[in-house]
Amino acid sequence: MKHVTLPPPLALEISGLSKRFDRPAVDSLDLAVRAGEFYALLGPNGAGKTTTLRMIAGLLRPDAGSIAVAGIDALADPVAAKQIMAWISDEPMIYDKLTPSEYLEFVAGLWGIAPKSAQARADELLAWLDLKPHAHERCEGFSKGMRQKVALAGALVHDPQVIILDEPLTGLDAGSARQVKTVLRQRVNAGGTIIMTTHILEVAERMADRIGVIAHGKLIAEGTLEELRRQAGNGLGDAASTGATLEDTFLALVAEQAQAA
Amino acid sequence: MTATPGTALWFARHEARLAWRDWLSMITAGRRERLRRVAAAIVVFAVFLHFVAYWMVGPYADAAPDTPTLVAITTSILLSWLLMISQAMESMTRAFYSRSDLDLILASPVSADRLFAVRIATVALAVAAMALPLAAPFINVLVVRGGAHWLGAYALIVAMGAAATALAVGFTVALFRLIGPKRTRLVAQVIAAVIGAAFVIGLQVAAILSYGTFSRNTMLQSQAVLAHAPGLDSLAWWPARAAMGDPIALTGVVAASLALLAVAIVAVAPRFGDYAVAAAGVGAATVRQTRQVAFRPTSPRRTLRRKEWTLLRRDPWLVSQTFMQMLYLIPPAVLLWRSFDDGNGAYNLLVPVLVMAAGQLAGGLAWLAISGEDAPDLVATAPVPKSFILRAKIEAVLGAIALVFAPLLIVLAIVSPWHALVAAAGILIATTAATAIQLWFRSQAKRSQFRRRQVSSRIATFTEAFSSIGWAATAAVAAVSLVLAVAPALIALGVVVGAWCMSPRTANA
Repeated sequence: MKHVTLPPPLALEISGLSKRFDRPAVDSLDLAVRAGEFYALLGPNGAGKTTTLRMIAGLLRPDAGSIAVAGIDALADPVAAKQIMAWISDEPMIYDKLTPSEYLEFVAGLWGIAPKSAQARADELLAWLDLKPHAHERCEGFSKGMRQKVALAGALVHDPQVIILDEPLTGLDAGSARQVKTVLRQRVNAGGTIIMTTHILEVAERMADRIGVIAHGKLIAEGTLEELRRQAGNGLGDAASTGATLEDTFLALVAEQAQAA
Repeated sequence: MTATPGTALWFARHEARLAWRDWLSMITAGRRERLRRVAAAIVVFAVFLHFVAYWMVGPYADAAPDTPTLVAITTSILLSWLLMISQAMESMTRAFYSRSDLDLILASPVSADRLFAVRIATVALAVAAMALPLAAPFINVLVVRGGAHWLGAYALIVAMGAAATALAVGFTVALFRLIGPKRTRLVAQVIAAVIGAAFVIGLQVAAILSYGTFSRNTMLQSQAVLAHAPGLDSLAWWPARAAMGDPIALTGVVAASLALLAVAIVAVAPRFGDYAVAAAGVGAATVRQTRQVAFRPTSPRRTLRRKEWTLLRRDPWLVSQTFMQMLYLIPPAVLLWRSFDDGNGAYNLLVPVLVMAAGQLAGGLAWLAISGEDAPDLVATAPVPKSFILRAKIEAVLGAIALVFAPLLIVLAIVSPWHALVAAAGILIATTAATAIQLWFRSQAKRSQFRRRQVSSRIATFTEAFSSIGWAATAAVAAVSLVLAVAPALIALGVVVGAWCMSPRTANA
């Protein structure tokens, strides 16, 4: 009997996605992310990374193209797609006058999670992120790192299948950044999918299963670090054979694209 | 001519440039191409104000400086001055607490004292500059009809700005020392918010209790007040005499005010940096919620409503800003209490006041709920339809309005069910109209930017105000005759329809 290996299901499938402001921000982008994958989206400033993520999260309406989240058409049925997604930006979206515990209750209420399981999950997350001692303090006095951890707890309280993060480590100290990275890794190990943009290339190099490089709204390269090195080819010069870093590879890919443009 | 860097003149230029650009950005909402239209609108508004002024103060242009005239002018000056103090306190609090360029200045090797001296003087100028456009039509009418001696009123306004700033500086610094930098910001802002309103309300309450009328003038021009007024040669009348152009009074008031400002600058400018540093060291206080309840069974809609109410309840500054209009309900409440057994006259006065207050309060609350969302992405990525979110937020506004106005309506219903019915209908319509206008003109902002909501869209601000006035007028007429109320209702409806036509939502459609 012949054994057929099915490809893993797709957590995200984007096709022909376009968005134009005064110039094209995202230009016929195709992207596929497998379930249980940690996918890092890299690109220079203004490349279209945040616009892409905001369209996936349902915060921006694309001009053209399609977005499917775990098989759900996110443009036709945004509510169903949002039910299994979470979005975190570099600026933590929390309320100063609520406590972390109240914030998590609010998020759980929005996602329609039963109070008992939401409470248990919230307690678990607060402990996990070292927020337990501050669970009943208002967020207004919190540092950026603590606020980002509260936002992360909010993103996880409804147990999303797909988590979209836009520069989540910006401005975090080493300890908070490590905690966030650990939580994200555990999430992927548990079968969740992470799609993240970052300018900290070392984080992408160490954490991502696959990396996509975007420039001028188009995906110019994609794969593991090894695959990206190969795609960078001549641009890396001798470094290609000696194991170029992601930074070398990324800069070579972007430079090649700029030359081609 | 270029000023030497670090000198007072150099700082003054720097401040003037920042103030000019800030004003320009405020007046054009950041779009320079609007400048011409804004200028045209200002001219039209100025002409309109001159007509209003002609009608209001024209007959007093030739008034002699007798006791009734001096009482009337002094009361107006006192009220304007309190509002100027309020504005100066707000500006001084911002100067101490807003970080903007303070870190740069305090870290630089130049003498910061000079900048702070200039900054305090700028506040005085700004306070006077804000009052001048509003006072100018009245002064101009008095000058044209009464003579050039009324030009002294312009100098008086500058003097009032200086004295108000001096007092605000002294008061803010005193608060700093008495209650510390942590509490000063909130206390100063709340006091600034209520200081002007309290004076008007106090006068109205006194008028109602003494004469059973809203009219302050009835009380101020009464024999009882005039009999107890100081003699005509009293110093208390100097500001009023200065406004009327008495050269000695004018020189005295201007000199005293400028001297007061100079003392404030000399006393505070060298320590301004210390206060700013102390204010910078104030982080948000850690507030523990003592009542910790388990997660409650709820729906997304109720979750959103509860969030809006909790956030509002926990922010004393926002409460003071939003519910300031509620202070104006004190006089009608007093009138209601005083006229409990009386006839319809008092109730006819009550109905429009209630409707007007509800419209204004609803506008503020709707802005907070709809535009002032601190976590817009979170709410937008929640698995609920957009319309559902909006509906929940509108319900939060209506719920808050119902909570505030229900007790007054119930009392009114006991004494006059008809007036209560008209007031309830007016409140509902005015609230809906104000909420709808905020919905059409919504733009994302932080709740802390509440004060800027009035400059983010002038059309929204004016239509919201005119809509509230229109529905209040409709309710006032409807309390007497439903048929006659059709005309003001159509005008109010026209305002709302006009707002909808001019809204960005319609323009983008």
